[in-house]
Amino acid sequence: MDLKYNPEEQKFRAEVRAFFDAELPTDIRTKLQLGRRISKDDMVRWQKILFRKGWGAPNWPKSFGGTGWDIVQQHIFEEERADASAPGQNPFSLKMLAPVMQTFGNAAQQEYFLPRILSGEDWWCQGYSEPGSGSDLASLRTSAVRQGDHYIVNGQKTWNTMGQYADWIFCLVRTSSEGRQQQGISFLLIDMKSPGITVRPIIMLDGEHEINDIFFDNVKVPVQNLIGEENKGWTYAKFLLTHERSGNAGIGICKRALKKLKEIAAEQMSNGRPLIEDSRFRDRIAQVEMELMALEITNLRVLSATAKEQRALGPEVSVLKIKGSEIIQQLAELKMHALGHDALPYVREALDMDWVGDPLLGTHYRSYAPPISGQYFNQRKTTIYAGSTEIQKNIISQMILGL
Amino acid sequence: MEFNYSEEQLALQDTLQRFISRDYDFDKRRGFSASPLGHSAEAWSQYAELGLLALPFPEELGGLNGNAVDIMVVMEQFGQGLLLEPFLSTVVTCGGLLRDAASEALKQKLVPQIAAGKLKLSLAAYEAPGRYDLSYVACTARESGGNWRLSGRKAVVLDGASADYFLVSARSSGKTADRDGISLFLVPRDAKGLTSAAYPTQSGARAADLLLENVAVGAEALIGEPGRALPIIERAVDRAIAALCAEAVGIINALNQATLNYLKTRKQFGVAIGTFQALKHKMADMLIAAEQARSMAIIAAVHADSEDAAERHRAVSAAKAYLGQAGRLVGQHAVQMHGGMGVVDELIVSHYFKRLTMIDLSLGDADYHLASFSETLRPTAQ
Repeated sequence: MDLKYNPEEQKFRAEVRAFFDAELPTDIRTKLQLGRRISKDDMVRWQKILFRKGWGAPNWPKSFGGTGWDIVQQHIFEEERADASAPGQNPFSLKMLAPVMQTFGNAAQQEYFLPRILSGEDWWCQGYSEPGSGSDLASLRTSAVRQGDHYIVNGQKTWNTMGQYADWIFCLVRTSSEGRQQQGISFLLIDMKSPGITVRPIIMLDGEHEINDIFFDNVKVPVQNLIGEENKGWTYAKFLLTHERSGNAGIGICKRALKKLKEIAAEQMSNGRPLIEDSRFRDRIAQVEMELMALEITNLRVLSATAKEQRALGPEVSVLKIKGSEIIQQLAELKMHALGHDALPYVREALDMDWVGDPLLGTHYRSYAPPISGQYFNQRKTTIYAGSTEIQKNIISQMILGL
Repeated sequence: MEFNYSEEQLALQDTLQRFISRDYDFDKRRGFSASPLGHSAEAWSQYAELGLLALPFPEELGGLNGNAVDIMVVMEQFGQGLLLEPFLSTVVTCGGLLRDAASEALKQKLVPQIAAGKLKLSLAAYEAPGRYDLSYVACTARESGGNWRLSGRKAVVLDGASADYFLVSARSSGKTADRDGISLFLVPRDAKGLTSAAYPTQSGARAADLLLENVAVGAEALIGEPGRALPIIERAVDRAIAALCAEAVGIINALNQATLNYLKTRKQFGVAIGTFQALKHKMADMLIAAEQARSMAIIAAVHADSEDAAERHRAVSAAKAYLGQAGRLVGQHAVQMHGGMGVVDELIVSHYFKRLTMIDLSLGDADYHLASFSETLRPTAQ
């Protein structure tokens, strides 16, 4: 056993770091460092920079224009990405839709859509959940009825993250009501500019617009936008979810948040001394750090085992998803607690880059403070989305333990 | 022993419940929170009419001679309705402090106005580098010929945006974190040299930061004896903490009710999600937490008026630590079991969750009070 990176990997890390140092635009880096709102334009700009370097898709094989990196290289890239305060890439396009399209899509779809994802031209969002179909996803009711060369789509999708920016949406739709629920689902690609689509914002508990309801009213979708076979969508959907969950561990982001937490705890004062000197608070940081140390290795063990055995990711990703979401929540909570009374202000404008705070408040209310309580509230979503913790535990108990 | 509210207290509870359903539903509350004032001026007048603002004061000052359990009744409903008005700051914290420690003349001047809803006050006792420690006072008070000059900063003054007066702690002698040497002053909002910056809070009310630059006040503004104000302030804050615990109990009950309803009505996999054992057990934990939390809030309320500072502080710290933990458990479980509906602004659930979180972070969080309670276990502390 060896937990050290080999010289090749160390060289790779240095190359990645040098690239971020040189190419990440300062304005975007500052926004990420301070937890300010980032725009679609920021994310697209960054995707285009990565694309020019040939790193547009760190998780794709070379044959589709990806980097072809192995698990360890992807891990290093993600760690450096978070440490450099670079934005994440659109996960719906790159990590969710793309693996499905590469595995189950036809050549025409692959040739048309994948390069547009890579270059940052198309922005995708996910159309899975419906108001009545959350954990019980297979009960979805949005219908697609075949009419000549088109499907006519009617229904409602919800929790569409960043759907307000999307050029395209991939949707699970019901194409048959016969047999088991899972057997009548198809996987459809829908142009967001299609007549009959309405996007309605949902404001989250932190006051931000991140998610949406999307309504489909007799939306015409060409049949060539069907992925794979009609009524086989559930297979593709589960494949996608496994990929989504494997990315949920978020080791890089957790490491970055832990580093930030330590900085905050060293700067915030408690009765005239730095908070980090308070052993009760420091123990809480230590506890999360231990969890994260373990998860980093667990994550690499799981991913490298599947890579070595050349098999698809399995139910073990549920372990990563549960732990990763809990750790990011705990870190967000500790950052909030580190602020003490400074966690109370809600200065909405302070999330914009051009905010100039009241100098009075500014004497103690640090530039990193404004987003922190909202982030704690917002991060409650991580144990709910992509299959709640309860659903993940069901998967572990049934599919791994056979209970 | 008696563990229940009296008939009078139940009548007060009933009145407040009717007020909330009639005049303070969630939509109205949203409007009050978004208004410049951050709460409802009309509701404040109604509290005055109902006698809430006279509750803790003695009869000779026109008060109702209420105790901390009466306050508990009110604060529980403040939790249930997520009421935004500065009852805690004006009546419980500052009103109680004036009752205990102000001169007769000052009481005669201020208390009838408070009771009538014409005067609001906030306690300005915390400074940023001190975090939750009331003894950390760098703000200075210098005496000259019986008058005082105050200079320094106060951070996150609760309800400070609408206060007409501030009760400001300032150091008249000793070093920054000494327990001795702290004095307390009544400072009008429009005092020359006083600047304030107001802002909304995460739970929809308003707070403010204060800067005092050589603010001049007369001898009559001094509350209590010079240099000996800390015990007075601690007593007021302990009473405020007991009240916050009661507010948290109100929220915990409301969240449990909302979550239970959701478990019974939300269907997935063809059945109500409340039929799943994992969720049933979480809900059972929430019920246990609510029962324990209520007991702790009762302990805090019963001790809040105690003259024995050590006994009072021990009980109040235990309750605040416990309510912080119970509120965290209930808040997080309630959000989790509501799924996506738990993290949207539209439902009251997330607003309850946010308020519970902010209650924990106010006047010392669970860890701070755990440490404080834990200190009393040392043999030398007895």
